[in-house]
Amino acid sequence: MREIILSGYSDFIIPFMIGMIFVLSWCGIGAVRIILQLTPADRKKFFLSLLNPKIMAKNVRDWFCDCLFHVKLWKRNKLLGYMHSSIAFGWFMLILIGHLEVMIYVPERVHRIWYPIFFRYFVAVTDSTMKGSFFFFLMDFFLLVVLSGIVLAMIKRVRSRFFGMRRTTRGSLTDLIGLYALWSIFPLRLLAEGFTADISGGSFLTKSLNSFMHLFYAGQMNVQPTWWAYSIALGVFMCILPFSRYMHIPAEILLIPMRNAGIDIRHPRKGFTKLQVYSCPGCGVCIDACPMGASRPNIKDTTVYLNRQIKRNNKRRIEEITDKCLLCGKCSAVCPVGVEGDKIRIAQRSIRQYKFSPDYSNIASVMSISEDNINVTSINKDVSNINNNKVIYFAGCMTMLTPAIHRSMTKILEKAGVDYTFMDKDGGICCGRPMLMAGRTEQAKQMVEMNTEIIRSSGAGILLLSCPICYRIFKEQYRLEGIRIMHHTEYIDMLVKEGHIRLDRQDMLLAYHDPCELGRGCGIYEAPRHLVSSVGRLAEAPKNGKESICCGGSLGSLTLSFDKRRAITVNALANLKECNPDAIVTACPLCRTTFNRYSDIPVNDIAELVDRNIIEEKHKIKIS
Amino acid sequence: MINRFGFRISPSSAVNLDKVDMERFATLCRIEPDAMRCIACGSCSATCPASRFSGMSVRKVLLCLQRGKENEALKMLNNCMLCGKCTMVCPRGINTRHLILSICRIYEKEARQ
Repeated sequence: MREIILSGYSDFIIPFMIGMIFVLSWCGIGAVRIILQLTPADRKKFFLSLLNPKIMAKNVRDWFCDCLFHVKLWKRNKLLGYMHSSIAFGWFMLILIGHLEVMIYVPERVHRIWYPIFFRYFVAVTDSTMKGSFFFFLMDFFLLVVLSGIVLAMIKRVRSRFFGMRRTTRGSLTDLIGLYALWSIFPLRLLAEGFTADISGGSFLTKSLNSFMHLFYAGQMNVQPTWWAYSIALGVFMCILPFSRYMHIPAEILLIPMRNAGIDIRHPRKGFTKLQVYSCPGCGVCIDACPMGASRPNIKDTTVYLNRQIKRNNKRRIEEITDKCLLCGKCSAVCPVGVEGDKIRIAQRSIRQYKFSPDYSNIASVMSISEDNINVTSINKDVSNINNNKVIYFAGCMTMLTPAIHRSMTKILEKAGVDYTFMDKDGGICCGRPMLMAGRTEQAKQMVEMNTEIIRSSGAGILLLSCPICYRIFKEQYRLEGIRIMHHTEYIDMLVKEGHIRLDRQDMLLAYHDPCELGRGCGIYEAPRHLVSSVGRLAEAPKNGKESICCGGSLGSLTLSFDKRRAITVNALANLKECNPDAIVTACPLCRTTFNRYSDIPVNDIAELVDRNIIEEKHKIKIS
Repeated sequence: MINRFGFRISPSSAVNLDKVDMERFATLCRIEPDAMRCIACGSCSATCPASRFSGMSVRKVLLCLQRGKENEALKMLNNCMLCGKCTMVCPRGINTRHLILSICRIYEKEARQ
């Protein structure tokens, strides 16, 4: 290649350079600020993770799969995946090959950052390019890929249903400016390269455009304006980027290593939370996922809009959105970027100002009475004195409201001959999860400590829980080393597998509903399904597992009133009844109560079904 | 001596509503219109796990606040664990959890009485 502009500079690069310098300095300062806002322990963890080859390999893989190929979107919908990956990967390849071209053909210009972008303007084709068969072909090919993505993006604005999305996000003003700038970059590039293709060379796209253009225009008068337009489009896009949803492009690059380093949300606005908020691409996948979408006015309260309001620091709307959420965690489960909408909301709730705070220090003295009730007379503070087969059963508040479940549980335990104590038979202390979900961490911590003491002193080796809400906090917040924490679905499944109880299989079609806290919250999907299929025929609802729909009874929502939850419950029931089951089975007392309100077919807990179908045996060997 | 006969002099429990400042209760009713929908059925009292520690009962809390006995109400609320059982059983569908949180936001301990 031969350079035709000896200075290697033209005025039209100015808009591009302004945008580039602005966006690079903005992102650089932002990244440093976010890293400084982390707690010292988190910061250390983050830097150490960058030295760990295993985590680094995962980072590289995630960068390619998430940022460039959008694998998660491909899994959701092929067309949606193609649209995003064609733009991201195509653009990345254009930049990469552009740099390679400069390095190979004019290595002395490598340090000029505008050169790869406007390469075709500055050079003339010679024999060294093999008539443009390789690099020029690749450049045109990837430009075509990006253009096809842009066309799809335009179609998506009008008909999002083709892409498997019922609703999409309404863009803000800056989002729209960014969007139109992004759409215009690539057609303008094609036009600009098309006009110079007879001098700089080109391939199937630019060369043919050039000959086509020559039918109408002759001469060079169109070259400068098109390159100017291309540069201005780039400049506008980069200048608007920090204020629009396109900030997710640079933010996600930092989010991936931080997430892989195991950093968690600690502050309602700063540090990792801020990074997650800016990583939100505003794709709107969470809008369809949100169970509150069953009634239209709630659509504006989904995670994508929360992120937008946090960026704007609109305190009134932030409070409204965070308090309404059911905290079912579905938006986090479907998010292609990994924004944790539920955790961000809990963090927002934690900064609420209360004039009065409950305090439980008076309870400890009362509890000694209840400890007698549960026969924990032999208090052994010695942790090594744990009996691995002894079970302590904590029903939890919600199970106490649905006595059918804990009655079935105690019957199962007795039939299996398990040595157990019923911790809250005469009432107990709440597990703390509802308080934690309301953002009052201090109060939750007090309850956690009191329950830990009671459980430790019982000397049991297995903590058995019936309520997924309790189960989650016991797994995440309690320090109970040496004690196995099990949900009753896991425990009964274990009893069945080890042959302590035998079940009779009925010819009933049972639809299993995954409770949010058990499925998405703790990842228990297999044990309940195995149990359901051993008492009947398991039917899977269209939306199940990770994407199951919240029953609407969740304690996560603080402001949703009783009658507004109805639409959510009815919607979730319709999903479960799609496969015409004889009964609905769930593993959460709260889901059971909520569904029972509006369901015309029976809703049962797994424990009830198991208890009904146990085959009683005469001679039983005691587990001890 | 008096106790021996089964009688004793106890402080008057009469509430002089003229002296009670109802401003905060009015604020509460504005934020939580549901507070006035309570029919005092006592379902919340029957299920509350905190009632055995502090005598907590949403019904009584509302009654006390209505009569200006704020300290008594806060004493009961002191052990509320926000477990949501009262919300589940309320026949009027009152969002008791949010009601309790609103009380915590409006009322202070050492209230003027």
